[in-house]
Order: sequence, then structure tokens, then C-alpha cells
Amino acid sequence: MGKPKRMLIPLAVVGIVGLALTGCTDSASTGGSSSRTIQVSGGITGDEATKLQQTFDKFTKETGTKVKYTGDKGFEGNIVTKVSGGSAPDIAIVPQPGLLKTLVGTDDVVKPSSTVESNVEKYWSSSWKGYGSIDGTFYAAPMLANVKGYVWYSPAQFKEWGVSVPKTYADLLSLTKTIRDKTGQAPWCAGFASGDASGWPGTDWIEDLVLRQAGPDTYDDWVSGKVKFTDQPIADAFDSVGKILLDPDYVNAGFGDVKSINSTAFADVAAKVADGSCAMTHQASFLSSNFLTVKNKDGKTPTIAPDGDVYAFLLPGVTEGSSSVEAGGEFVASFSKDASVQKLQEWMTTPEFADTRVKLGGVISANNGADASLASSQFLTDAMKTLQDKDTVSRFDASDLMPATVGSGSFWKGMVNWVDGTPTEQVLSAIQAGYNN
Amino acid sequence: MVIDAQPVLDRKAVRAVARETRRNENEVQKRLTSKGATIAAIIIAFVWTIPTFGLLVTSFRPGADSTTSGWWTIFVNPNFTLENYGEALNSGGTALTLGDSFLNSLAIAIPATLIPIAIATLAAYAFAWIPFWGRSAVFVFVFALQIVPIQMALVPLLSLFSKGLTINGVGIFPGFTLRDADHSFATVWIAHAVFAMPLAIFLLHNFIAEIPSELIEAARVDGAGHGQIFFRIILPLSMPAIASFAIFQFIWVWNDLLVATIFAPSSSLPLTQTLNSLSGSWGDKWYLQSAGAFISIIVPLIVFFSLQRFFVRGLLAGATKG
Repeated sequence: MGKPKRMLIPLAVVGIVGLALTGCTDSASTGGSSSRTIQVSGGITGDEATKLQQTFDKFTKETGTKVKYTGDKGFEGNIVTKVSGGSAPDIAIVPQPGLLKTLVGTDDVVKPSSTVESNVEKYWSSSWKGYGSIDGTFYAAPMLANVKGYVWYSPAQFKEWGVSVPKTYADLLSLTKTIRDKTGQAPWCAGFASGDASGWPGTDWIEDLVLRQAGPDTYDDWVSGKVKFTDQPIADAFDSVGKILLDPDYVNAGFGDVKSINSTAFADVAAKVADGSCAMTHQASFLSSNFLTVKNKDGKTPTIAPDGDVYAFLLPGVTEGSSSVEAGGEFVASFSKDASVQKLQEWMTTPEFADTRVKLGGVISANNGADASLASSQFLTDAMKTLQDKDTVSRFDASDLMPATVGSGSFWKGMVNWVDGTPTEQVLSAIQAGYNN
Repeated sequence: MVIDAQPVLDRKAVRAVARETRRNENEVQKRLTSKGATIAAIIIAFVWTIPTFGLLVTSFRPGADSTTSGWWTIFVNPNFTLENYGEALNSGGTALTLGDSFLNSLAIAIPATLIPIAIATLAAYAFAWIPFWGRSAVFVFVFALQIVPIQMALVPLLSLFSKGLTINGVGIFPGFTLRDADHSFATVWIAHAVFAMPLAIFLLHNFIAEIPSELIEAARVDGAGHGQIFFRIILPLSMPAIASFAIFQFIWVWNDLLVATIFAPSSSLPLTQTLNSLSGSWGDKWYLQSAGAFISIIVPLIVFFSLQRFFVRGLLAGATKG
């Protein structure tokens, strides 16, 4: 009886394939109807993906058009393959202007409607519009944002030590020394490990210092390649960061010596700041979500408040009161001329979208029309106000704007080698060499 | 074939050879079962298992503990929970939950194993037993395709699927429109089948070509056509090879992230994709991945243990007995 059964398997398989193929041709003929689901994809995953989907659900409720968000950790690499293969999603949420440029290079990105453009002009500063433009043509509206260059600390401990939040970078250095003298332990912790992207937290440090010490104009020239890594302003920024990160007296609290920075995962520092073993760490506003899964000294979830277990201040500038911040964010690129997709794109530029998403927690928007008080914590409200403030000099993350061989290549690797003890000069020329690749 | 006539032999020499063989066997056995070797094997097994064990322990620890202390601290401070498994199964981190994508993975992996086997056994039979012009050249060409990296074929294949193929204005293949089709797996099945084919044909050909020609000839004499020979002789006899390739292919497809991510529509993404995204944008929920990994391991383990006897049992050994 065994033999006829064996004959059945291949026959069944042929049947399945046949059915599947018929299925395909069927759907081909019915595709393109107005009740279709808009496919959105991006690199946002986990809780944030769920919340983004909830935000889109509101759009579905209002218009009846279904929107489906798919997150993918390898989005940055896969989207290029998908677009080149003609299988692009309707909308892609692009985390880097550099990637947007690659996508526009495939000629598949559809220019947004004039409503999108006028909304962006209305609600965002001109520099944000610039990040979504390639060679002067506007392609993608900004979505959400995060502020880089925060120093996370424990207000309770600061009170205990009788120290206050520093106003200038020099103050920060003397504060570091004070804490070191008081506790006898390293005040700073840092983690550069992030899989293939290891080293990026270091690039944020450097970018912050370039922006604050050399100013926004030099920063822009640095991004465009006119100022080289080997030039003095960049070397100065490395030296300033090195005063903290390369000093064995000052790092790496809770983990080990200077070199342990490279082996520490960037998100793991949150636990050490929360339990008090690390006084300060430098990271973007998103770290606030990492504090939700760790514990403070007493084994409870730490409170994020100006008088709580953890809080953050913006990395101070050279002079008191100067406020320049580095920001990151996503951009919405469309691959479909469909009217419903355009409508969604327009909706995503409205304050309504920003308010809906910000209210769900964990993120902020640079949309001027959005209500900052809706943010899920005092900290995020402050961060959002900083971004919306017209007096704030904000610049996009430089490594995201540079060509990939530098911005997500030699710059990342350079930071890792720098922490490992390679002399600054050598590191800088190695990073600069990335432009030749 | 039973050989009745005893050949004439130098009995002394035979005994000497037999003795020598026995001694060598004993020697080898002794060496392999020495205490040192056993201890070494246990130590190696132990060391190799530590990371997996650590992962297992982490999967049962509360997330807040995992982020602050190493898994080995459970020995002094035991604290277990099933929460990670519950959260991993129900959250997922993309549009799908881990539970949904678990089913997708099965729906991808089973046909993606059966389709290449069905085609490759037929092809292997043809290469081995049907003489045609240029047979060896075609066979070598098929196997040579093995060296084409998958990454190189992704964009052309995807563009064939989505845009179709038109040569000189003549539509050869219209392409699929699968964007809106929920839970359609055809593209992933075809992609996996295509990528598996060279190795499948090569492995099965080598096995099928080894089947004694007497069997095939006897069947032909009895009036069997290619169909009967294939289904009644080749297929049953090559079960060990088919099963070992099936294990290979199933585990490869099950663990595949790249092919599925590129070819599957968003509602058909497999377990690996959800597992990859489980930790969230900022990696703050990495401990969920440990639970997800163990959910994902279950199926390959079942497949391996239920099919492993085919590796050991040689069906062919008794096939030609008179």
C-alpha cells in the first residue's frame, strides 16, 4: 500500500503549484481596485511599529482606506533591492536622507502632491524640507523626529552631590571632575556596540561637538565634504570628546575600562544610569523608551522627571545659552501615483497625524502645528518644544547625510578604532579615505 | 546474487588478516572509548551548549533582570517567568505577530521543500537513466549554477515576478500582481525552489545513478515504462537521499530571512522576519528574541529527529539480494 501513497506526493505538489499559479493570475486581474490596502514599510519595529499602525488606523477610520505597516530591521538594505526589482511598497518610511538619495536614483520615487509640499513649508523649518529634497527637488516629507545630543543623568544623585546641570561644555568637564573626586568612580558610561552599525553612538558625540564648537556653517560644509575630517575643526571636536571618552578616570562606569565602550551595547547603558552606577551618558531622546524596561536601585521602573530617577539635559554649547541641536528623523517617500496613497501622504504631513502619533507615546515630531504637550512625558514635551522653537539651530545627523561609504562606513569604524587606542590623526585620515571608496 | 562456490584461499593468510583487523578494531575502540576521550567529549559538548543554555535561561527571566545582570546570576537569585513567551507570541514587532508568522513559516517551508524535491527527483532520474544528447554537459551546467550567489539573482527574479518578461514587444510572461493578495506564498515557493534546484539535482542524481542497472533493466524486461520505473523503483529506493535533502532544504528555508523578506508580500512574512524585528527599533526588548528563538527552534528539531533515521538506515543495502 505504500507505493501509491508515494506517487501521490509529487502529484499533490504539482496540484498545489498549479493552484497557486492560477491564484496569482486571478489576483492580477482584480488588482488595482479602489478598496486596496496601502502598503507602508519602514525600519520601525516593535512597540513603535504597533503604535504607528494604530495611528494609521485613525486614517482608515476617517477615509475607509486600509493602511498596513510592515516593519523590517534590514529595511535600509532590502528596500533598495525591492525597489530595483519593481516590488516597492506604496510608501516607504526612509530613516536617512542618504538612503532617500539612493531611492530617488532608481527613478521610482513619485513626487508628492503640491499639498504635501505646502504643508511641509507651513509646518516645518526650511532645513527639514531641505533634508527631504534631492538636488533641489522636493521628494519626501519629514515624519517623526528625535533629538540627539542629550546627556542622561540622575537628578537625585546630582542633588545628593550638590551639583547642578552644566551650562557650558567647560562646566561639563569640571562637573565630570567633581563627580569623579566625590565618588572615586568613573562618571560616564558609553556603549558603541550595535551589530553591523557599531560605532554610530560615537559619531553623534563628534557631530554634537562640531555643531557646538565650529558652528552650523562649518557643520554644513563638513556634511557636504568641503571641510575634511582631517581639518582642524573636526580634530578639535575629537579632542573635546576625547577629554571624556578617552580618559580612563572618566569612563566606563559600570562596565570597565575605555575599551569596554566598544563591547557595550548602546542600549545597555540605560540600565546603569537607572540603577545609579553610571552618573551620565550621552544619547538621543529615544533612550527614554529604554528606561521603561529597566529598574532603579529599589527594583522599580525609574521615573523620568526633572526630580526623578533619570532625566536629561542637552549637551551644552561652548558659550552659555547657545542652543543648537542635532536631530534625526524619518522621511516619507511614495512609489505610487494612486490617489489614496497621495491622500495618506498628505495626511501624514498634517498636525493631526503628528498629534495622534505623539499622543500614543515614545516619540516626538518637528511639526510646528503639533501640540507638544501631548508627548508622553515631560522630557519628550521639552525635547519637542526645542525642535519646534524657531530660535533653535537644528541640524540633521551628519553621518546620515554623508555618502554611505563614510557616514555608515569609515566614520563608524573610525569611532571604534579611536576608542581602541588608534591615534586621532590616523583615525581621521582613515575616515576621510572613505570618500575614495 | 548468492555465490555458492567457495574460492580457494590461503587460510593462514585469511586468519592473519582477520586477526589483524580485529586487533585494529579493538585498538580503535579502546582509543575512542578511553576515559580521556570521554571526558574531552563531555567538556566539548558542555562548552558548546553553554550559549544555547544561556539563551534558554534568558528566555525564562523577566526582562528587567536580563537587562541588568547576566543569566548565570539565576543560580544565586532564581526568578523565572513565562511572560517573555507570551509577549513574544503576541507582539511580533511588525504587522504580524510571532504566532501568525509561525504559521506563515510552515506554509512557506513545507511546499518549498516538496516542490524542489518533486522536480529534482524527476530531473535527476532523467540525467542518470535517460540517455540524451549533451546529457553530461547539461548536468554540469545545472550544477555549475550552484556557484551563482543568491544575492545576485534577487533583483532579476523579483523584477521578473513583478514586471513580467517582454522580449521585442512580445509578452512572454505577464508577471504576478501579488501586492494586494493576502497570504500568497507562490513567489516565495518559486524562489526557494529555484535556488534549491542545482544542489537538489546534483545530490539526488549521484544517489539515483548508483542504483544497480540490473534493477532498472529487470524492470524494463518486465515491461515497465519510465513512469513505472520512476515511481516503483527509483522513488522508494532513493528515499534516504530524498529525506536527507528534505531535512537540509526544510531547515534552510525555515531559517531563511533574506529570500522571504524580498519575495513575500507583507502578510506572508515568515517567523525569521518577526523574530528579527522583535527587539524593537531601539533594541530595548532584545530579551524577547531569546523566547522567540526557542519557539522557532521547535520545528527544525521535530523535523530533524523524525527524519534522522533516514541518514542512518541504508535502504539500498538489502535491495539487490537475490
